[in-house]
Amino acid sequence: MDITDFYDTFFEEADELLADMERHLLEIDVEEPDAEQLNAIFRAAHSIKGGAGTFGFDVLQTTTHLFENLLDHTRKGELTLRRDIVDTFLETKDMLHDQLDAYRNDEAPDQEAFARICRTLQQLAREEIGQELEAGAGTPPPAPPAPEPAPEPAAEPVEAEALEQGETRLVVSLLGVGDKDRALLVEELGQLGDLKAQEGDAACYRVTLETSVSSDDIEAVMCFIIEPDQLRIEHDGAPAAAGEAPAAAPEIGTDPNSAEAGSESGTDPDSVPDAKPKRDKPKAKKAKAGAGESSSIRVSVDKVDQIINLVGELIITQSMLDQTVSELDNVNHSGLHNGMNLLQRNARDLQEAVMSVRMVPMDYVFSRYPRLVRDLAGKLDKDIELVTEGESTELDKSLTERIIDPLTHLVRNSLDHGIESPEAREAAGKPRTGRLTLSAQHQGGNILIEVIDDGAGLDRDKLLAKARSSELPVSEAMSDDEVWQLIFAPGFSTAKEVSDVSGRGVGMDVVKRNIQAMGGHVEITSAKGRGTTTRIVLPLTLAILDGMSIKVGEEVFILPLSAVLESLQPAKDDLYAMAGDDVVLKVRDEYLPVVPVHEALDVTGARTELDETIAVIVQGEGRRYALLVDDLIGQQQVVVKNLETNYRKVPGVSAATILGDGSVALILDIADLHRLNRTKKEARRGPRAKLDTSTLTRKEVAPS
Amino acid sequence: MTTPNTDAALAASEAQNREFLVFSLGDEEYAIDILKVQEIRGYENVTRIANAPDFIKGVTNLRGVIVPIVDLRIKFRLDKVEYGGQTVVIVLNVGERIVGIVVDGVSDVMTLTPEQIKPAPEFGVTLSSDFLSGLGSLEDRMLVLVDIDKLLTSEEMALVESVGD
Repeated sequence: MDITDFYDTFFEEADELLADMERHLLEIDVEEPDAEQLNAIFRAAHSIKGGAGTFGFDVLQTTTHLFENLLDHTRKGELTLRRDIVDTFLETKDMLHDQLDAYRNDEAPDQEAFARICRTLQQLAREEIGQELEAGAGTPPPAPPAPEPAPEPAAEPVEAEALEQGETRLVVSLLGVGDKDRALLVEELGQLGDLKAQEGDAACYRVTLETSVSSDDIEAVMCFIIEPDQLRIEHDGAPAAAGEAPAAAPEIGTDPNSAEAGSESGTDPDSVPDAKPKRDKPKAKKAKAGAGESSSIRVSVDKVDQIINLVGELIITQSMLDQTVSELDNVNHSGLHNGMNLLQRNARDLQEAVMSVRMVPMDYVFSRYPRLVRDLAGKLDKDIELVTEGESTELDKSLTERIIDPLTHLVRNSLDHGIESPEAREAAGKPRTGRLTLSAQHQGGNILIEVIDDGAGLDRDKLLAKARSSELPVSEAMSDDEVWQLIFAPGFSTAKEVSDVSGRGVGMDVVKRNIQAMGGHVEITSAKGRGTTTRIVLPLTLAILDGMSIKVGEEVFILPLSAVLESLQPAKDDLYAMAGDDVVLKVRDEYLPVVPVHEALDVTGARTELDETIAVIVQGEGRRYALLVDDLIGQQQVVVKNLETNYRKVPGVSAATILGDGSVALILDIADLHRLNRTKKEARRGPRAKLDTSTLTRKEVAPS
Repeated sequence: MTTPNTDAALAASEAQNREFLVFSLGDEEYAIDILKVQEIRGYENVTRIANAPDFIKGVTNLRGVIVPIVDLRIKFRLDKVEYGGQTVVIVLNVGERIVGIVVDGVSDVMTLTPEQIKPAPEFGVTLSSDFLSGLGSLEDRMLVLVDIDKLLTSEEMALVESVGD
């Protein structure tokens, strides 16, 4: 076993600690900081420092050490928090993250950034508490020309003196640790100090150690390998179980600052901060124990997907059996029928349970926005309050990952263009602080994600003017909804100037495309002066689809049920022929274009008399039309199978599925089918086919 | 060093021998590298795909995997294309993909020595010699050795999304 085996554990833990730290930093009330939160931030920095020290990540250790000292002063009330200090802390947290990433990728951390952050932290310490911080172990950054540090208050604690000269003698007891781990731990301890004696057996192995490292640090290091309750650290002669009665233990051992301070003592005695008893120690212990007892496991997504695939197969097999059994009479085979019913129920339950494994709460997505909003609001000089709702709403993991980018675009847009400056808001009679709401909720088989701002709203005239100048086909008669849709056109931006936040015009079209690629759609509602709401509707999962099976000729297709509005038998009077071979269908005072499936997909043997067919009114990409099919077969849940795995994208088809009889049925892509129908019609009309403008515009945009 | 030279030479030549699966299209015999073959099954339950070339018969369900089926007889412009009990689908692993090809029948597995493989002459239009790895001569039989990887991933087969799309 090698110490590097524990790197991953450390990186994962450090990641979580940094995330915690950021959360607390963002939540903290600068005026009245919550002691519990300050402690939590301190503990996070402290734990990372401990781990970094063990694994020899010097740069990370030095940075966290400086950071930790500042945090220590903060929680003791010696450093008064201000917004800009929190900003510096956040910046430090980012830097730690970068350093961590560098170590994870086996790269050297950015030395320049390291030196800079050290200078910043040291300067902060100097200015705010008049104290010089030592960089501790590792490569010391170039020391800034420092003014003489203010002398420490007269009496240095005696204990601190004692520590500076020598080391403490600790007895580390390992309880119930296996041979392999023990050897490793002893080796670790050897690196932390001088091993004086070791004895005992697997149940209790005692190591006497002379070290300058505090028992806290030792505990932090060991806890990467063993559980906290397997470890007992006592001061030689003065037994005190780690984590209990910290006040009674000599301050020397428990003050984390003393460790590095001790090693640095020769150069700068002033660096030793006041040794005060730590009161938060039992909490720290509790937190670690909580992490150890975590009731979740990390499983690779591949494995989960494999299980989902297998369950999908099981469902298909089950429905094949079901079909066969249903042909047998119920009287002679009642046992078989009962068994089939049971199997069906169990298979469905199993499928649901397996699908839920992939579901993660939206909090996973939303949690990254407080920071983004805070930073952007600062940059744009706006007051913005972020409200999140429905964080616990669950969504397929693969979708949460893909929704982050589009959602970030929308949030940036709202901050930059939507919410006005405090002055403008005041002038408009609105509160100075703008409000951005992110909400998520389930709606049938879909999830509805909304980005709501109470900003200026979209300006219809401005949008139309802009559309005209970019030569998009617009008219005054367009409905508001249609005008709002313009902002999804490629290369469209109404921002007066390009800021580094948004306004380059590539963005909203990408948002739309990404969301459509996920099988969802996006809508905008806006009221001038009152704000804009962007609504994203996504299917909960990509693996299973509620479908409606239809028949055309002898072929069966699946329509996504979410796209189906209604179906009806068209009367001859309601069908109107238009120029060329276009036909429209009148449904309750609305004229809908008609797309016969057999024409779009070249199905032979389909019914061609329009009034013998069934019209299914569908909606895709905001476009409503009537699909003509021969028969409706029924509704069923289908397992979505990718066609592109072994074949290629098929026009008008989004994926395939396997029916109860084992045959393959294609799942129709409602929006694409309409396009396909049009291009086929144009092709039939002759070579004067209209140019595909969408690709043209995109090509023009690309180089910018 | 203990192995006699003759044995080594034999082993080397054996290593160069390749095994081929021989199948028939009409009256002609073709052969493909046996290592590409995953399985052989009957032709059934193929779902047509609209707006695809005629030689792509559609897709079928191979134990939960959607697999495209190509009829090589149509691709090679054979006169008689019939589907019956003898019609066979050879399921191939081509690159990362699984593809089925429809043939008239599978006859046997042959081992060819390098000497038996002759370079392919410039061929007709329907089957470019680019897609041939040679001609195998076996007594009075001639096998057309198809480089099935190249053929099935070629642009004209329309099985793979071309870069320009």
